[in-house]
Amino acid sequence: MTPSTLHDVRFIEPEKTRNYLNEDYGVFSWLLTKDHKRIGILYLLSVTLLFFVGGFFAFMLRLELLTPEGDLLTSDTYNKFFTLHGIVMIFFFLIPAIPAALGNFILPLMLGAKDLAFPKINLLSWYIYMTGAIFGIYVIVTGGVDTGWTFYTPFSTQYSNTHVFATTLGAFITGFSSILTGLNFIVTIHRMRAPGLTWFRLPLFVWSMYATSLVMLLATPVLAITLFLLMLERTLGVGIFDPALGGDPVLYQHLFWFYSHPAVYIMILPAMAVISECVAAFTRKKIFGYKFVAFASLAIAFLGFLVWAHHMFVAGISVYSAMIFSFLTMLVAVPSAIKVFNWTATMYRASVSWQTPMLYVMGFIGLFTIGGVTGLFLGAMGVDVHVHDSYFVVAHFHYIMVGGTVMGYLAGIHYWWPKITGRMYPEWWARLSALLIFVGFNLTFFPQFLVGYVGMPRRYHAYAPEFQVLNVLSTAGATVLAAGYILPMFYLFWSLWYGRKAGSNPWGAVGLEWATSSPPPKENFHVTPVVTWDAYDYPAFLKAMRETQNV
Amino acid sequence: MNDHHGHAPTHHVTPLPVYFAIFFALMILTGITVWISRVDLGVMNFPVAMAVAIVKATLVILFFMHLIHSTRLTWVVVLGSFLWLGVLFVLIFSDYLTRAWVMY
Repeated sequence: MTPSTLHDVRFIEPEKTRNYLNEDYGVFSWLLTKDHKRIGILYLLSVTLLFFVGGFFAFMLRLELLTPEGDLLTSDTYNKFFTLHGIVMIFFFLIPAIPAALGNFILPLMLGAKDLAFPKINLLSWYIYMTGAIFGIYVIVTGGVDTGWTFYTPFSTQYSNTHVFATTLGAFITGFSSILTGLNFIVTIHRMRAPGLTWFRLPLFVWSMYATSLVMLLATPVLAITLFLLMLERTLGVGIFDPALGGDPVLYQHLFWFYSHPAVYIMILPAMAVISECVAAFTRKKIFGYKFVAFASLAIAFLGFLVWAHHMFVAGISVYSAMIFSFLTMLVAVPSAIKVFNWTATMYRASVSWQTPMLYVMGFIGLFTIGGVTGLFLGAMGVDVHVHDSYFVVAHFHYIMVGGTVMGYLAGIHYWWPKITGRMYPEWWARLSALLIFVGFNLTFFPQFLVGYVGMPRRYHAYAPEFQVLNVLSTAGATVLAAGYILPMFYLFWSLWYGRKAGSNPWGAVGLEWATSSPPPKENFHVTPVVTWDAYDYPAFLKAMRETQNV
Repeated sequence: MNDHHGHAPTHHVTPLPVYFAIFFALMILTGITVWISRVDLGVMNFPVAMAVAIVKATLVILFFMHLIHSTRLTWVVVLGSFLWLGVLFVLIFSDYLTRAWVMY
């Protein structure tokens, strides 16, 4: 294959080429595909379906909390609904959403590669994910599980009479899909970069995805082992966590959070990856402090492993140990703040285009900052003891996971939608949806900071009457938020047929994924690109574009 | 593509007798594991059992998993994995070993 420069590959007319969507037809061409783009679409459909399943449980919780009395759901049903909401959203949506759906699609394109390093393993990871999800669905339809998404012992091992085994087995299985995706990404980034694409020419999306993959690879096996031990103790009475059998229930929390705190970074780092791309594209500038942002991803991945016991300050751990974890927690704020400040500095005096992805970026920066700063409140032991297991904590992590990850996910969906489908989404409706989501999100979760701080505990279906006003606001916000999430289902679906044709590079962005047609051909590039420019080198890009037009 | 341009790592073939020797050593070490489990060494019970286990694991990783003839990157990956295990152990024991200390 003859290498080509940027000039040759950028403007390929999509009409003249076959693409990955029309290359093959039929159900089996999808179910047996090894094309990373089609596997990305399979993930996209699966995680979207499970997002709405998790969303249904969330909505039922908010409806129950409209009144102080537990009058819509019984306490047992409420316990099951918040458990299922957490499990579905975390294991089946937030963890795979950006890496497995968008990352799968975009990463090889960004690297100038034809596919991921192991295409069959990539397909296998989707089947493993679906197998885990089927266990989740089985649990939902056969009576649920009530342990909370954390499966804390001794409740999960000794007392709960719900489907703990099937649920943990589902999470255990799904973990392997995450491990395989991480492995695939790491090998691909090391071995399959296009000629000239050195590490410091990589888009920041790739750096962030690399950091995410490291966390997936190093943390997920610990969750698998922990859940396996839990299943052993529950079914065979092997003493690991039960003090009567010589075990320690706090050990479960240590092992669980050794995975589950880094898992927060599996969720947020990919969102940061999307934000970096969108900031660069819509400000038409190189990201300020590129290397700092790149290394901040790795620093977050590393420091994220050292802070887990801040979830356990009131679990009876050593005060001295808690002090160490509290200090280490403060350190994670540094690389996160580097990213936020550098994105903001990139926007300074830039000519910003306010397309929908950029609206989500602004939402992300504001909400992630609030989530991050309240995370520091919780990292301080004194405050944590006061607000532990209150709605303050619920608000905090939703600001990170929904305000951060879901905002990043939606930014990415809109940003790469033209590349994925070859069609533009309707901008007006998309902006309306972004606005609804931002307003609905804040109305839902900001009152929870207040109601938590004054003492409303989480995980109860009834509450004291004085908390009602804030809860009504929160439920009202949830309805707006739901409308905001449902709207894209309609206009994105509509755009598949009626959307304006996108062309190869509708945003005028720099990056190899924009140097091929939309939708891309099955092999991604007709000729292997040779990279001679730095990441986000807009002046060089604009110059090249002018030259191309003059030819 | 960029890192190892033009010089693919040479594939080292380990002679069969080496595999048998390692297998034999592992069998002997397993025998030692069983034997010391029946001997009371007092406080040394755990350290000795762990030391034997570490020797066995090292032999498996070096020879059966071919680390001894692998690239530096593979060594980094393996050592990194043990570093992570170390993080897990050290920070968990920062709790267990200091839990009884009382702060007044």
